[in-house]
Amino acid sequence: MALLRTILLRLLTTAITLIGVAVIVFVVIRVVPGNPIAMMLPPGATEADIDRLKALYGFDKSIPAQFVIWVQGVMQGNFGTSISSRQPVLGLVLGRLPATLELSLMALVMAVIGGGLAALTGTRLRGGRVEGAIDVANGMALSVPDFLWGLVLILLFGVLWPVFHISGRISPALDLPFATNFYLIESILRLRFDLLADLLAHMLLPALALAIPLAAIIAQLLKQSLKETMHLDYVTLARTRGYSESAVIWREALPNALLPTLTLVGVQFTFLIGGTVIIERLFSYEGLGNMAIDAVINRDLPLIQGIVILFAVIFTGVNLVVDLAYAALNPRLRHG
Amino acid sequence: MNLNRRSLLQATAASFALPALPAFAQGIEELVIAYNVPLPSWDPTVGLSAVNPTIQGFYLSVFDRFIGQNPDLTPTPGLLTDWGWNEDRTKVSMTVREGVTWHDGSPFTAEDVAWSLARAADEKTGNPIQFIWSTLGNFVAEGNTVTADVVRFEPTVFKWMYFLTGFVLPKAYYEKVGAEGFEAAPIGTGPYMVDSFERNAFVRLKANANYWGGKPEFDTVTIKFVTDATSRVAEIESGNSHVTLEMPYEEYDRLKGTAGLAGIAAPISDIGMIFFNDIDAMLDPNVRKAAVMAVDKKLIVERLLSGYGVPIDTLETPEYLAFDASITTPYDPDGAMALLAASGFSPENPVKFTIQTTRGFKPKDYEIIQAIVGLWRKVGIEAEIEVYEIAKHFELRAADQLAPAAFYNWGNSVGDPTTSTGFAMFGPSPHSVWDQPDLIEKIAPLWGEADEEKRIAGWKDVSRYIADNALVLPLMQYVQPILHVEGVKVQPHASGALLPYLMTRA
Repeated sequence: MALLRTILLRLLTTAITLIGVAVIVFVVIRVVPGNPIAMMLPPGATEADIDRLKALYGFDKSIPAQFVIWVQGVMQGNFGTSISSRQPVLGLVLGRLPATLELSLMALVMAVIGGGLAALTGTRLRGGRVEGAIDVANGMALSVPDFLWGLVLILLFGVLWPVFHISGRISPALDLPFATNFYLIESILRLRFDLLADLLAHMLLPALALAIPLAAIIAQLLKQSLKETMHLDYVTLARTRGYSESAVIWREALPNALLPTLTLVGVQFTFLIGGTVIIERLFSYEGLGNMAIDAVINRDLPLIQGIVILFAVIFTGVNLVVDLAYAALNPRLRHG
Repeated sequence: MNLNRRSLLQATAASFALPALPAFAQGIEELVIAYNVPLPSWDPTVGLSAVNPTIQGFYLSVFDRFIGQNPDLTPTPGLLTDWGWNEDRTKVSMTVREGVTWHDGSPFTAEDVAWSLARAADEKTGNPIQFIWSTLGNFVAEGNTVTADVVRFEPTVFKWMYFLTGFVLPKAYYEKVGAEGFEAAPIGTGPYMVDSFERNAFVRLKANANYWGGKPEFDTVTIKFVTDATSRVAEIESGNSHVTLEMPYEEYDRLKGTAGLAGIAAPISDIGMIFFNDIDAMLDPNVRKAAVMAVDKKLIVERLLSGYGVPIDTLETPEYLAFDASITTPYDPDGAMALLAASGFSPENPVKFTIQTTRGFKPKDYEIIQAIVGLWRKVGIEAEIEVYEIAKHFELRAADQLAPAAFYNWGNSVGDPTTSTGFAMFGPSPHSVWDQPDLIEKIAPLWGEADEEKRIAGWKDVSRYIADNALVLPLMQYVQPILHVEGVKVQPHASGALLPYLMTRA
């Protein structure tokens, strides 16, 4: 019952959050300086031309009237038309979402593996030089932002030792048989490992740039959780039963230490998706973040609105999943 | 292929070898260009993209304009081989090139030209230059000739035929597939055909073997959208791309001499300038004249742009029709101080106003303004710098709310004075913030001037009047840096468009 109540409450707050985001974004992007019509004005345009363009794009109406029209469209699955590309916004953002999700998930997997291994190694070899080295590496990874890691990786593996692609998502010369934009997943399902390899070669550096700071956070928190757990009675009991130190960490300490890390990973995943905006730009990766920057530069209001709403859905969705997973794993919530 | 651990590892390892990377030493089969802006839309006649000068190169690769344009901005026969007005300027007549085909193999006809012009003039299509195209009407196609009535005489209408939105689109194909279908599979008569297009990622072009101007040298061209300058430099340095453009001049200088790379830096039609708004201190001619005289443009170009720029004294560059080398505004700090003293200002008691600028939109824009503010301070002008985004500049300019001084870059790839001095300085234009009646009276008669010699001479007079009265502060003509591998010969275009069609094997 308690779990059901939690789920319903979270769904309600998620819906309210999304409505709030929609209203705020709609108003804010229309009142900040810089409108798309002014950018579109050719030399010699008259006031009548300006009025004609405003009417053509619906900016001649008041903001509340524009909002009502937009909401009516959204109810019918129409998020408007991009001013710069003249394509339906929904199709554009959904077309780019898979690229960003695949990049983010790849970064998350790399961060979890890297951070997890660092934490386990640091815990296993605690008190020694290895733990010290891991702590120093963690500090470095945390203190350098992801876009700087991106630049370092471009320099190292794109210029000095050019073994990876530094721009794009896939080589333009390849024929793509994909039916969806989930290229990575589809290349695996179609057993097209040539395409998979090309995708990975493009994705590795941006994913790594995103993963490094997150891996450091995961390593730090998991190591701390493991350290605390290692002092608990049941772990001591496992030791007295003759378990090796590695078995104690893997079998006894790790399951309990994972819970706070899981929450952190969920929260950080949303930040990681936010981080794709800069990283995608840097690596010319054709995802949602790259599209967001172009939309802002062009003052493409319908597209900005669509992207922000989609980001909001992802953020609230991930948080919802994390909360529900936490509730399901937490016996006090599960049993009331 | 079977899924097993070994095949997966082999495939992954194979990717690290990156066989697709272009190499300096190899013969170039597929030309790869790292371009600085993405292409948002394929229709070159409507919406925001149509008036974006930075993406015209994409359009010019796939489509043709009514009239062609040489790399030095002069017009040349294109899809129209002949054009002009009748004696009393009430009709226009255009001769359409024969033997041209669209990318789908269908013949290009005079109907296509008439339809494209009528569509551009129709306000419902959303052509931003509709106000120019609508000066012609009642288009009639007969044989290889198109005629039209002059609704309102516009002396520059044929110039717009090799400028923004002046493209010919395929009537039958467009009507068959509609706007969405055309966006998905655009065809033109241009030197390249669209092979594949990944929005925000790349466009892959195949050479049009039947191009009326001759088949392009490279059969396949991939243009990658690499918006970050650092990444573009890495692209060319690593051999991932053969050609790139618009990088910091320091990087250009560093790389152009390195093994396998060469560079070309040529002036383009973009200029840097400072608008003066006729408000506050700018109403004082002494302040304006001093502000112009106190700026050492040559020094700014040398120190801040590594010499890559051409100082200018009017809004006309040497390539423009109404350029007049005799109009100069020499650097004269002592003269500036004397003028300011006459108005009661000095370094101890400076005149104060705000100057707006972008930061990072154009090369060293903020640093240039910082330098100018420093030069001004020495003579008795204290300017406070306000940074804004380019979108805000457009909005403020259209609303005539710019600060007394505002930095901007003006592009005029057609080289006509109306599209530089005219629109920038004619008060009623939404692009001008100088609204004083004396200048409006001087410019107004030139809009409809039918005598071309008289028209150009009139614009030169206007430029002189503007310079004498310091109504604007022209700074420099920009130079576009292009880096390329030694295996490619690049022909720059003064419009700033990077055209694969003009590239050949070295």
